Amino acid sequence: MSQAGWVHSIQTMGTLDGPGVRFVVFTQGCNLRCGCCHNPDTWERQGGIQYDAVELAERATRYREYFGDVGGVTVSGGEPLLQAGFVKAFFEACHERGMNTCLDTSGSILDDEVKVLLSVTDRVLLDIKYPTDEQYRAHVGCGIDTPLAFLDYLNEQGIATTLRQVIIPTLNDNEQNIAFLKELIATHPCIDTVELLPFKKICTVKYEQLGLPFRFEGYDEPSQTMVARMQAKLQEAIL
Amino acid sequence: MKHNNWQGFKEGVWQEEINVRDFIQTNYRAYEGDDSFLSGPTARTSELMKKVQALFALERQQGGVLDIDTATVSSLTSYSPGYIDKQNELIVGLQTNRPLKRGVNPFGGMRMVRNACEAYGYKLSPKVEEEFRFRTTHNDGVFRAYTDEMRQARKCHVITGLPDAYGRGRIIGDYRRVALYGVDCLIEGKKKDKAKLADGDFDAEHIRLDEELAKQIAFLGYMKEMAAMYGYDISQPAGNAREAIQWTYFAYLASIKEQNGAAMSLGRVSTFFDIYIERDLENGTLTEAGAQELMDDFVIKLRMARHLRTPEYNELFGGDPMWITEVVGGMGEDGRTLVTKSSFRMLNTLYTLGSSPEPNLTVLWSNDLPAPFKKFCAKVSVDTDSIQYENDDVMRPIYGDDYAIACCVSAMKVGKQMQFFGARCNLAKLLLIALNGGYDTTSGLHIGPQMPVLEGDKLDYETVVERFDIYLAWLSRLYVNTMNIIHYMHDKYAYEKTQMALHDTSVERFMAFGIAGLSVVADSFSAIKYASVQPIKDDNGFIVDFNTEGDFPTFGNDDDRVDLIAKELTHKTITELRKTPTYRKAIHTLSVLTITSNVMYGKHTGATPDGRKATAAFAPGANPMHNREKNGALASLNSVAKISYDDCRDGISNTFSITPAALGRDDGERVGNLVSILDGYFAKKAHHINVNVLNRETLMKAYEDPEAYPNLTIRVSGYAVNFHKLSREQQREVISRTFHEVM
Repeated sequence: MSQAGWVHSIQTMGTLDGPGVRFVVFTQGCNLRCGCCHNPDTWERQGGIQYDAVELAERATRYREYFGDVGGVTVSGGEPLLQAGFVKAFFEACHERGMNTCLDTSGSILDDEVKVLLSVTDRVLLDIKYPTDEQYRAHVGCGIDTPLAFLDYLNEQGIATTLRQVIIPTLNDNEQNIAFLKELIATHPCIDTVELLPFKKICTVKYEQLGLPFRFEGYDEPSQTMVARMQAKLQEAIL
Repeated sequence: MKHNNWQGFKEGVWQEEINVRDFIQTNYRAYEGDDSFLSGPTARTSELMKKVQALFALERQQGGVLDIDTATVSSLTSYSPGYIDKQNELIVGLQTNRPLKRGVNPFGGMRMVRNACEAYGYKLSPKVEEEFRFRTTHNDGVFRAYTDEMRQARKCHVITGLPDAYGRGRIIGDYRRVALYGVDCLIEGKKKDKAKLADGDFDAEHIRLDEELAKQIAFLGYMKEMAAMYGYDISQPAGNAREAIQWTYFAYLASIKEQNGAAMSLGRVSTFFDIYIERDLENGTLTEAGAQELMDDFVIKLRMARHLRTPEYNELFGGDPMWITEVVGGMGEDGRTLVTKSSFRMLNTLYTLGSSPEPNLTVLWSNDLPAPFKKFCAKVSVDTDSIQYENDDVMRPIYGDDYAIACCVSAMKVGKQMQFFGARCNLAKLLLIALNGGYDTTSGLHIGPQMPVLEGDKLDYETVVERFDIYLAWLSRLYVNTMNIIHYMHDKYAYEKTQMALHDTSVERFMAFGIAGLSVVADSFSAIKYASVQPIKDDNGFIVDFNTEGDFPTFGNDDDRVDLIAKELTHKTITELRKTPTYRKAIHTLSVLTITSNVMYGKHTGATPDGRKATAAFAPGANPMHNREKNGALASLNSVAKISYDDCRDGISNTFSITPAALGRDDGERVGNLVSILDGYFAKKAHHINVNVLNRETLMKAYEDPEAYPNLTIRVSGYAVNFHKLSREQQREVISRTFHEVM
């Protein structure tokens, strides 16, 4: 049985969302409202283009020759977990066609449907946004519990995980956060990669176009060296 | 045949006949390792390169031309020997008596030479004017024979850039033959071929070949004289690596002294040199540093090669290119890779000497290439933007494993095939002429079949296709006949004696036609088919613009609805061209390649139904129109890959620009990802790709402050240029192209 889902856009050549060269699908609709979000155009659940999961996989197949040994497909968003059934059907169809699957998510939903989706996911890019529940509630729009439970579940299932975080000066560029992430790495062997991404304000234009306020306008972009330093500290923890 | 200088080489058929391929196959050593063995530049090389850089700076300060010898007609022995720094050069020989001084070559046409001199503040010497007063140049010959219609087609730019006033080029002599056999042996061979002709029927074809052989033999003799002026006897085979490179270079140098063809390509020499280098390394007469030094010195010489051109010529072929195309890599028919350590050494010159557009280094990519070589190539691309890639897996089954590339994308068996270069016709303009029933609104000329302007408030797809096909048939016949005249006259008045002496006597010829504006026409047809296109007429009732409403698929998004229109256009064009016979029974081929003429073609073309404004540049080659790609880089590549090489045997050029950030997070990832992209693109049977890994901002800075970026090299369309050498207009067009970025 195939399934339909709502897609915001497709990037046929992604190199930043998972290993190697990847076909990246951005789903439409998000349950969160992160202050630092650079894709506010994917928030609304209404809109986008409707795709059939199998047809989408067929489309991805046109790029299989470019994936090499490590590339494949990635579903990002929006929040793909909102359309877990669709993404699962897409991933299954991708597996049938010999393409590996990668899910870019906030981990903010963990129900049975999501667990089924994870059973056909080869790698998860999990965005753990802040070290505290308080920050999650202030800047994300959910508690920290579910994302952490999500990570525990990935660990139980032994699903390869890339831990991601956007570094925002004064919010999470601190030792407390590093200690928190180190602890996650130490207790979750499923994490084999950590990626810290600098907060960018290039998306301001998108907010203006949508007539939405950019709540993080007041925060600075971090320096590359600072992010690299934090990354280096975490890299030790992985090895 | 046996020769002392062949000691240590494995015996083979190559000793019985002129057969460089067999020599390579019997003697080369494939290399599957990585780049760690490579040496950097020696102190000598760096010192010499400093002098060269200073000369380049001086040339820039002089407005692009350092000096012109206006009194000496360029030929093999007409200048005394020239040097950069005699004591410190390992490989010697310059085109004239001084580095970067340009000679005059009026055999293609006087006007071109006269204007070129004047454009740079010189005056052609009366002596040369006098010498050529009663002499027919290639240009004179062509214009004697051109019909009125041919002149009109040229004037209204529906066929442009034809080699009717300059050397046609695109011929690759097998320069290696001079090193392997020595000139005397080659002369003997040609004499035997000529003697064989004595028994034949002396019809025009036969007599022409007989005379050509006489010219070839004479010029092989001049080649020896030229080398002797530099103190070398090249009558015998080269005895070591240095000699092999020197002999080969002399052969190439003789060709560029004799001919000022648009593209004077080198061929496939690296792996050939490697056999000599390996022999010297083994007997202890050469070190790795020494081997790199030889390659460096050879490449320095190639980087100094220049021809004198007019500003109009530069509009077509911007950046002062020579297309000294050298192919490296590829696989052999027996499954061994043709990559050797010297393939690496050749690419390494982009590090030892810095990045550069020349020689035009072209990697023959195969899925089966050794992984470390693939990685090294990708690294060179990421670091230098100086190399292009072409699909060995698509070409090898057709041309075997000893073919090379002339100019940008024209494949030919070295020494066995040549081509008659034919620039290109403007398909976008042809569509407009068709809609207007044989009237060109930009030039005001009536041309082609005369019929009423297409009726109706809305263009109907089937009607437009039917109309277009009538004009395509007309243009194709005109195009072939025009080319026949050009190449008849070129053979008659400016025959490539040196280069053809380095071919088999019985040579296979291609006649290479080309098209410009493919993506514009494909998108225009798509607009007519899927959206609503209303023609806008001027007071005289001619269509001068379009009102296009609604969405339509555009080329570059991996959408078959339009991609197949593009594919069909190329198929139709070559099919039409084949209907008119060619001069010397040449095989019709087609390219989708524009060099930098996409800007000029656009300038002379009215508004098109795809929404492109009048005078706006076309996309280069087979590229999708700028910024119409909405689904990312791979979708764009897939669209271009759909155009069939069977229809376009003269090449399908795609120029691909991507920002470093979009290619990967660090250099390691970028290299890995680029290898995957190339593997994927060529697995799709695509033909060619230029790779630029750079930010638009870098180009914008170089646009504002050219002095600060003297060596910025970018791939434009089948070749590379120093960005600062492009015209302002060409620079702006390059900046406006699609850069695949992070979303």
